[in-house]
Amino acid sequence: MENKENRRAPVSQKPLVIEKPKDPSYIGGTISIEINEKKVTVPLGTTILEACKMNGISVPTLCHHEDLCVAGVCRVCVVEVEGMRTLQASCAYPITAPIKIKTSTPTVRKARRNIIDLMLSEHYGECYSCFRNGKCELQNLAKEYGVDNYNFGHVEAPRYEVDESSYSVIRDMSKCVLCKRCVRTCIDLQEVGVLEAVERGHNTRISTFLDKPLLDVICINCGQCINRCPTGALRANDPSDEIWAAIDDPKKHVVIQTAPSPRAAICEEFGMEAGHSLTKELNTALHRIGFDKVFDTNTTADLTIFEEGTELVLRLYKALVQKEPVALPQFTSCSPGWVKFLEHYYPEYIDNLSTAKSPQQMFGALIKTFYAEKAGIKPEDIVSVAVMPCSAKKFECNRPEMNDSGYKDVDYGLTTRELARMIKEAGINLPEMPKGDFDSPFGEASGAGLIFGATGGVMEAAIRSIYEFVTGNKTEDAFANANILPLRGFDGIKYVELPLGEKFGPVPDVIKHLVPNWDWLKGVTLKVAIAHGTANAKKIMDDIKAGGKFSECHFIEFMACPGGCLGGGGQPIPTTPEIRMKRAQAIYAEDESLEMRKSHDNPNVVRLYEEFLTDGPCGHISHKLLHTHYIKRGRYIA
Amino acid sequence: MEKKNRSGAVIFSPYVKGEAVKKVVSMKREDVLFDLRESKLKGRGGAGFPTATKWTLVAAAASTEKYIVCNADEGEPGTFKDRVLLLEYPELVFDGMVIAGYVIGAKLGIVYLRGEYEYMLKSLEDYLETMRKENLLGKDIAGKTGFDFDIIIRLGSGAYVCGEETALIESLEGNRGEARNRPPYPVNTGFMGKPTTVNNVETFAAVSHIVIKGGAWYCNHGTDKSTGSKLFSVSGDCEKPGVYELPWGTKISELLELVGAKNTKAVQVGGASGFCIPKTQFDRALGYEDAATGGSIMIFNESRNMLHVLKNFMEFFVEESCGQCTPCRIGNTKLLEGVEMIEKSEFTFGYINKLKELGKTMQVASKCGLGQSSPNSFISILENFKEEIFNSGGSHGK
Amino acid sequence: MLLLEKNAMTEEIELLVKKHGNSRSALLPILQDIQRKHKYIPDFAQQEIARLLDIHPVEIYSVISFYAFLNTHPKGRNIVRLCQTITCDLAGKENVAKAIERELGIKFGETTKDNRITLEYVNCLGMCDQGPALLVNERVYPKVSPEKAIQILNEIK
Repeated sequence: MENKENRRAPVSQKPLVIEKPKDPSYIGGTISIEINEKKVTVPLGTTILEACKMNGISVPTLCHHEDLCVAGVCRVCVVEVEGMRTLQASCAYPITAPIKIKTSTPTVRKARRNIIDLMLSEHYGECYSCFRNGKCELQNLAKEYGVDNYNFGHVEAPRYEVDESSYSVIRDMSKCVLCKRCVRTCIDLQEVGVLEAVERGHNTRISTFLDKPLLDVICINCGQCINRCPTGALRANDPSDEIWAAIDDPKKHVVIQTAPSPRAAICEEFGMEAGHSLTKELNTALHRIGFDKVFDTNTTADLTIFEEGTELVLRLYKALVQKEPVALPQFTSCSPGWVKFLEHYYPEYIDNLSTAKSPQQMFGALIKTFYAEKAGIKPEDIVSVAVMPCSAKKFECNRPEMNDSGYKDVDYGLTTRELARMIKEAGINLPEMPKGDFDSPFGEASGAGLIFGATGGVMEAAIRSIYEFVTGNKTEDAFANANILPLRGFDGIKYVELPLGEKFGPVPDVIKHLVPNWDWLKGVTLKVAIAHGTANAKKIMDDIKAGGKFSECHFIEFMACPGGCLGGGGQPIPTTPEIRMKRAQAIYAEDESLEMRKSHDNPNVVRLYEEFLTDGPCGHISHKLLHTHYIKRGRYIA
Repeated sequence: MEKKNRSGAVIFSPYVKGEAVKKVVSMKREDVLFDLRESKLKGRGGAGFPTATKWTLVAAAASTEKYIVCNADEGEPGTFKDRVLLLEYPELVFDGMVIAGYVIGAKLGIVYLRGEYEYMLKSLEDYLETMRKENLLGKDIAGKTGFDFDIIIRLGSGAYVCGEETALIESLEGNRGEARNRPPYPVNTGFMGKPTTVNNVETFAAVSHIVIKGGAWYCNHGTDKSTGSKLFSVSGDCEKPGVYELPWGTKISELLELVGAKNTKAVQVGGASGFCIPKTQFDRALGYEDAATGGSIMIFNESRNMLHVLKNFMEFFVEESCGQCTPCRIGNTKLLEGVEMIEKSEFTFGYINKLKELGKTMQVASKCGLGQSSPNSFISILENFKEEIFNSGGSHGK
Repeated sequence: MLLLEKNAMTEEIELLVKKHGNSRSALLPILQDIQRKHKYIPDFAQQEIARLLDIHPVEIYSVISFYAFLNTHPKGRNIVRLCQTITCDLAGKENVAKAIERELGIKFGETTKDNRITLEYVNCLGMCDQGPALLVNERVYPKVSPEKAIQILNEIK
């Protein structure tokens, strides 16, 4: 009676089923309408909102979000359509007839004002004491429409308790305006399914299964809901007070690692257009704020390539030569949201997850061991902070497995947004900072580590190294400028086959003790896939379960967030498809500007294996510090 | 099922179980639609959309899978005519659905029966079973090769808003009863995304008669724009409450006399979501031209406190709003608060006027019919009974 | 919930899924059947339905909490609902309500200590011509006077 597609999110929350003609020039592919008495032509099926935008007419929105399907619930985008008794929500009205639209009539303006007023009347709190002050869509609407009087009153006490149970996401439902963006994000975009509207009428609220605290339900901490919340109802669990305290404590040695995605996006928090990396300016700013050392997470991204790449080689060797049962395809494990998604929904596949820790956690373990020893600082005096584009990193550093240094490997995960506020609080205008360098002993890192930030980046970094390790040729010989373009772009799922050929080089020294030669790879075609956003991950996993083509893959990169880390839940708000593209461009541009483009060329990593991780990738020391294990969590909510 | 002794010109006129089904299978679909068009039958749920137009759209839709839905989620306060039809005249309703299946080319009809009417479920299912035995449902109905149609009954679970057709479809699909965005309309994208016609119980009943007696016959009843008759559910302060079949165009005063209403102060036409009509307007006629209604007539006599009535309505809407759109979810709460302020004499006229303006916004900006009509009582009662409500010095009747 | 009870519940739900299908549109009939039998839909049942219908538990909770006749917490063996809408109200619902509350020693929204009766208000039952109306489980009683109401209550077990 219905297909599988229909079972997911409620139909009312699905995109409208209007087929748009592929070629608008096709007869009947466009339609002439009137907006505010001006004749315009738009493709058939365009929504009124899109049509207005295309013609430079601004219509206010709140529940609408470019990443999400139509809701049509907030009603601020209502317009008049001639001949219709009621106003129409422009975000939800596909144009299929030659209608006449008016976007600013007395009825429309009155309705918008009243609606904004109604939302304000139930929106608890005062703007000046809210972290979204100045960046709140409701506040902006109120300002734009001159709704400054609380015409219908204003709640004086919070209706709901704040849920602070989660390491990552804090929910203050008294500030919720029920736009359901978070619901559509969680159920539709991410297919995680933590949040839904419960009860009805005036009691309607967004909640979890049986109103349980977020920590107790199947939240993967991806924070995509935070990124789409128009108000301050959802926010990340902010550790900046603790970090300030550590900075102010002379006994503490505070180090910070910065990931590439925050560096490519933090400019947006300072009023710049998206798409400018401020890596070096950030180094200076962080030193000025009072961080004792600033390190580049890309260093351990390079290290991850060694560890994860070696692990893949070992798995393949086991499967192809030793004919032993081994879990393939290998899944990347650097996205903590993805890891938790798998632990809950596909626990039977945890053996497929690479045991290599994420770059953040590798760095954490090294800072409190290798670095502590080298710098002569007691590990207990080190406070290790990680700037990440991610809210799940806050959860990850709190996983009980992440104490391999003997201490909490990473003390605090800080998002891009939170760091930007710390910088502003310190009176620093980031874009004006002089350029500075990372600190040794982890100074420079490769461009391969850098592109971890974009979907497909981990795979590209891995292939750049694996290709050279195995064939002995330069990556540049096969891919111009070492840019492996088939792995790039924002397609939800990418699948690439790479024939390894017949001619192989010698096995590099660092893994020589693990495999004797490459002859066993003769004729093998490396099959890899990439998915970003857990909804896409789910598609691949279901295909693997059904024994489809992805089950034949050798290596699959999964990122929990749409666009990869650059679209992470800790990134500046708003994050739209266009902004994600610009951040990706910034990351790839920075990669191309570097001399060092491959992880195995990173001298700091090579030195690490010589001096510290002396039994090589996937050796005992690295296993103790750089690898981890996972938990079969399952779906059952206790 | 017992048939009470009812009589009426159209719906309650004599009808033999299955006769319209047996007749329709020998007709061309276009001819049935022609009859319907000629009858000018409009949807009996209250919105008054021409039935022939709706059916033509679904019949013309290019899909092999289509559905007939009977909206038996009779939740409007003061409405109970569907209860009477389903209990006493199931043949009219179910035959009408079979006719719809024939005309539209659907294989399945679904009755969405409100949860409160669960007590009817067994007898209705038994009735459907007899229809199957008599070949009025099932395969090759009434001997017409290839005409297969069946009816199932699905229960609601206590949500007034599911009477809204798209909320009803959402509920059938296993979701919260939240109205959909339109367009697309159910005639294109209805149940399971397939073309669907959702009609009121009474509409199906009327169709059965039209098939037998013709569109012209139907058209002879009622007025020019409101053809046929209407079942009115009459309740409140009168001697003979109950369901009455009357031609459209009947004056309110005539109806009041018929049902034995005395000292009437106000008549609420169309249920909680309708309008409250004061004594001075009792010469208004019931019909699409003037006082349109899905059939709910609630009578209040001089002893009743209209503010109390309004408060009851607003409490109803606050509870029954689905809560998805801002104007309806918060707006109704604000209107109720306003009523409470008046009750406690803690209001300003300025604020009440703001609330009336808010009501007008709700009427045009709410997502579905619930929020679009819930301010009607607020606006009409405060307007028509302002003397009683605002100038009685706080000493309201009880 | 004990393991044994869980297994029984799983079995019950599997049967219901067999009866109504595993599509989302089967959700309400499944929930209604469980509600009818257990008078509520336990946590575990919600998660099992979610698993078998391949949707998320919060979606089940969302649907249950939307509908007045479905609930996630146990109620009494019998649910007695008094119509509170206008015509029943005008016909003397208040007196019936007071009489019932006095007799049972509980307020509306509460359940008797012996778990025999849960009292609730309900919106329009469609008995406006014969109010006040009382719904006991799925049976409806018209023209209920305080005295008649108590008589009805005394008859239910």
